Amino acid sequence: MYPRLHPERAIIMERNRLSYKVSQFLMFAGPAAFLFCATVIVPFIYGLYLTFTSWDGISRTKPFVGLANYAAAFADTDYWSALGRTVIYSFFSVILINIVAFLLAYLVTSGVKGQNFFRAGFFIPNLIGGIVLGYVWKFVFNRAFVAIADALGGTGTSLLSTPSGAMFCLILVSVWQYAGYMMLIYVAGFMSVSESLKEAAMIDGCTPAQAMWNVTIPLMRSSFVQCIFLSITRCFMVYDVNLSLTKGEPFNSSVMAAMHVYNQAFTYKNYGTGQAQALILFIICAIVGVTQVYIGKKGEVQA
Amino acid sequence: MNDSERALRNKRISHAIMLVILILLFLLFIAPFLLVVINVFKTKADITSNPLALIGKHGFTIKNFPEAMRKMDFWKVFLNSLIITVCSTILTILFSAMAGFVIVRNKWAACTLLFSAMIASMVIPFQVLMVPLVSVYGGILGVLNHRLTLILLHTGFSVSMATFMFHGAIHTNIPIELEEAAFIDGCTRWETFWKIVFPLLRPTIATVAIIDAMAFWNDYLLPSLVLQKKELYTIPIATQSFYGTYSTDIGLVMAALLLAMLPILILYLFLQRYIVKGVTSGAVKG
Repeated sequence: MYPRLHPERAIIMERNRLSYKVSQFLMFAGPAAFLFCATVIVPFIYGLYLTFTSWDGISRTKPFVGLANYAAAFADTDYWSALGRTVIYSFFSVILINIVAFLLAYLVTSGVKGQNFFRAGFFIPNLIGGIVLGYVWKFVFNRAFVAIADALGGTGTSLLSTPSGAMFCLILVSVWQYAGYMMLIYVAGFMSVSESLKEAAMIDGCTPAQAMWNVTIPLMRSSFVQCIFLSITRCFMVYDVNLSLTKGEPFNSSVMAAMHVYNQAFTYKNYGTGQAQALILFIICAIVGVTQVYIGKKGEVQA
Repeated sequence: MNDSERALRNKRISHAIMLVILILLFLLFIAPFLLVVINVFKTKADITSNPLALIGKHGFTIKNFPEAMRKMDFWKVFLNSLIITVCSTILTILFSAMAGFVIVRNKWAACTLLFSAMIASMVIPFQVLMVPLVSVYGGILGVLNHRLTLILLHTGFSVSMATFMFHGAIHTNIPIELEEAAFIDGCTRWETFWKIVFPLLRPTIATVAIIDAMAFWNDYLLPSLVLQKKELYTIPIATQSFYGTYSTDIGLVMAALLLAMLPILILYLFLQRYIVKGVTSGAVKG
């Protein structure tokens, strides 16, 4: 039908040439790919290399030391106690964050007046950075709580001055900080469960509590999985609030894993050991991430 | 009284109880902020003697504000944060929308590789990258202490998540027939993207802008590693350094903390609906 090559076909043939593909890819994805490689891929690989050297942060030479950094990382008892402390802190924070967030979500979806106002209000702590939040709470714990304790005839020492008190403060602040964010995810979950399913359950003789437990919660499974994993990763990597609220004190008893890695590298100048310890953190995060995908995919309930 | 009336009354009572609980919880939630607001208008001596009093013995004062603003160099710090947040957010949106487009519309090996690498990289915590970043950009290239370095690093860290979101949006919401029509009308790919696809991505652009701008504005660790000169400080770094120097002068600290929180709280007052919506859709998709 076409005596000569149709212009459209010419363009389609042009589109199959390698030079076209390369130029299109570079034109559209080039900037993102370049920055992504420069900030994530290259440092990640270079970081692997650094764990085999004893770099001090200043000198040009990076002497090769083999596996000495990994040996030092595993022998560092402070690191393991920081890691253990982080696990304890994350455990309590994650449970409390999700309980509080779920209850808040339940309250602000129940049809009470002004529920949009409350949703926006509970979210406020998430707007502000961890550094500022930590200092605000430091004031609350050191001054306001002490003043209340004094007024009640107590001793009036700050909670932040004892190791277990500091841990309690960190957990309390984290719950306060993240509950509003997780609440929004649970609210989306509540909204996705249709009203008619709950009504059907009630007509079949369920009490509201039974309908919640047997109908709504199983259908919100993906919200739970998402909130729990989000809060695990956030808590496990806590740094900003840790720095401003306790700074690791008293007596380094509230140094979390991320802060320990920072101190190891930038304060004590053991860059190789710090990087090796960071990689161990990465492996833990990767295991958590893979588990999330696995659990998220498995056994979703559908209405 | 019949059944439906009783049910209605029970519902009213339970709603009233829930409203009271919500109001109490809300007051508890914002109590720390209220404490800062109360104490910012007091003298140092009044705060120390009673941090819970509404007004101190020496009366109402606004002296803390100008002094804190001067000592933390507030306007300069605010401007630094603003420049870095706005530039990083714009670059993230442009670059990731472009990358998402080419990845959705082509089955090339390079696209698949880039996209899988981006998704896999989301589990890497920042702590793993901070030492090599300082080593490469500080030690080898010597480009720390420039705003541009921080802007590009911020963008590099956020493109993977943003590309993932744009990929989803283009895949589900932009019909390919639109692009074919533009192609027949003589548009190149580049023109098609900017004239047809990008404007249709507005909801996703808003979501990415809100999530990333908030993250950039509040980020502490990366800026503190990159910007070590005082004149480049952002709000979180300036707050931290201010606290380190003036922690005993509690009235000033209150003013500095309030100043650090005010810009985003004022923004929230106006954009509250969009922010809540953006954060929700970002969290639920991501």
